[in-house]
Amino acid sequence: MTAMAPRPRFIAADTPLPLGRAMVAIFARDVRAGLRQRQDLLNPVVFFVMVVALFPLGVSPESGFLRQAGPGILWVAALLSTLLSLDHLFRHDHDQGVLDQMLLQPQPLYLLVLAKVSAHWMLTGLPLVLISPLLGLMLQLEGNSLWALCLTLLLGTPVLSFIGAIGAALTLGLRSAGVLLSLLVIPLYIPVLIFGTGTVMSLSEGLPVSGHFALLGAMLVLAVLLAPLAVAGALRISVSNG
Amino acid sequence: MWRVFHKLGSPKWFFGIASRLMPWLLAAGLCLLLAGLVWGLLFAPADFRQGDSYRIIFIHVPTAMLAQSVYIMMAVAGVVTLVWRMKLADVFVRSVAPVGLALTFLALFTGAVWGKPTWGTWWVWDARLTSMLVLLFLYAGAVALAKAIEDEKLAARAVAILVVVGVINIPIIKYSVEWWNTLHQPATFKLTEKPTMPAEMWMPLLLSVLGLYLLFGWLACLRMQTAILLRERRTRWVREWIEPVTR
Repeated sequence: MTAMAPRPRFIAADTPLPLGRAMVAIFARDVRAGLRQRQDLLNPVVFFVMVVALFPLGVSPESGFLRQAGPGILWVAALLSTLLSLDHLFRHDHDQGVLDQMLLQPQPLYLLVLAKVSAHWMLTGLPLVLISPLLGLMLQLEGNSLWALCLTLLLGTPVLSFIGAIGAALTLGLRSAGVLLSLLVIPLYIPVLIFGTGTVMSLSEGLPVSGHFALLGAMLVLAVLLAPLAVAGALRISVSNG
Repeated sequence: MWRVFHKLGSPKWFFGIASRLMPWLLAAGLCLLLAGLVWGLLFAPADFRQGDSYRIIFIHVPTAMLAQSVYIMMAVAGVVTLVWRMKLADVFVRSVAPVGLALTFLALFTGAVWGKPTWGTWWVWDARLTSMLVLLFLYAGAVALAKAIEDEKLAARAVAILVVVGVINIPIIKYSVEWWNTLHQPATFKLTEKPTMPAEMWMPLLLSVLGLYLLFGWLACLRMQTAILLRERRTRWVREWIEPVTR
């Protein structure tokens, strides 16, 4: 009787979604899901602030020390709170089977991963960058140093997200994922940390810094281009592992 | 050429070749290493400035060199694993990682022991020391990841990805660490430069380096054989090989 019932729109389209739209869809979905999980959104920021607050208390509140150590403190804290947030990157999707669906998509996994990690950075890395001027002021950083620091974080935190995604994908579904993740990822973070803090250091010593920014930018390009390849490979392994 | 390639991928073929090769590797490696060490530790002249404490380089340099080359070898095998899914390559990656970890630790340890009398401190945040420390972390990550994943094949592929990512990062880490070090403190310390070393010193060093590489070859074969036996335990050739041994 109802031979030609309209086909529900969400079940199966004959042609796959265009690439750009698929990426935007994943990005938007992740951002929306992230915004609804306020707790997960706040955790890295709170952690960031707390770690930074520990240094003046634990080492020395003198402004000379803070001014010198400030960039390093902020960078280490940003690195740690990124590390803390990586656990969520794929886990919910893995538990709910969304990841299996993603692997089955006709679009290349590489680009879907790119969208997903970008969304992760928007939700975790960007808030850190936005709050860093405030913390920088509290650590007695001034003027150019402060802005240079924020700029290095802006360039550097996406690198942290992208490299971290490799570790998150490799340790997905493992029992000792947390410790293992930091073991895998921290050595790869070292260059970013060195150049991030080094930029501010040499600025305060009056040295030219355009080269440092260029290097950070190069790392960003490299990470965005290459890391999703490794992440895609790692996700395939982790998903078939169960 | 492709036939050789396929043969190389066959665990059974490798098992046979390795069994024949191993005694030679062991004998030659032990001879060279012993010769190098005895020559270096007992007969080579003492250093003009460092006295006898420099003699630790006959252990330190071989372990440090081998530790670095093992990582490169693992990365090459990792690429082979990921591209061609060759069984032997992933057996190699997994069998060799703990050896590399141990070698890196030895290199750092002997370096610290040498540093105490020479530099007056166990540890300096010098570029070379720091990059070896990072290498230690990279090895530790590879070993831990291999242990954490139960399925052998998946573990091997995961480790292969990690090692390949690591090897892309090694030059970046190395240069960034050097840059960082030269900014913060002038390079006060340098390892003894090789060309200035007389032949009585570098000859035993060369011998012990060669000996350690050969011994590594032996150990790699042994560990790979063990891994292959475990992995292929359900195949016929392994049962046939095991039977006369256990009876």
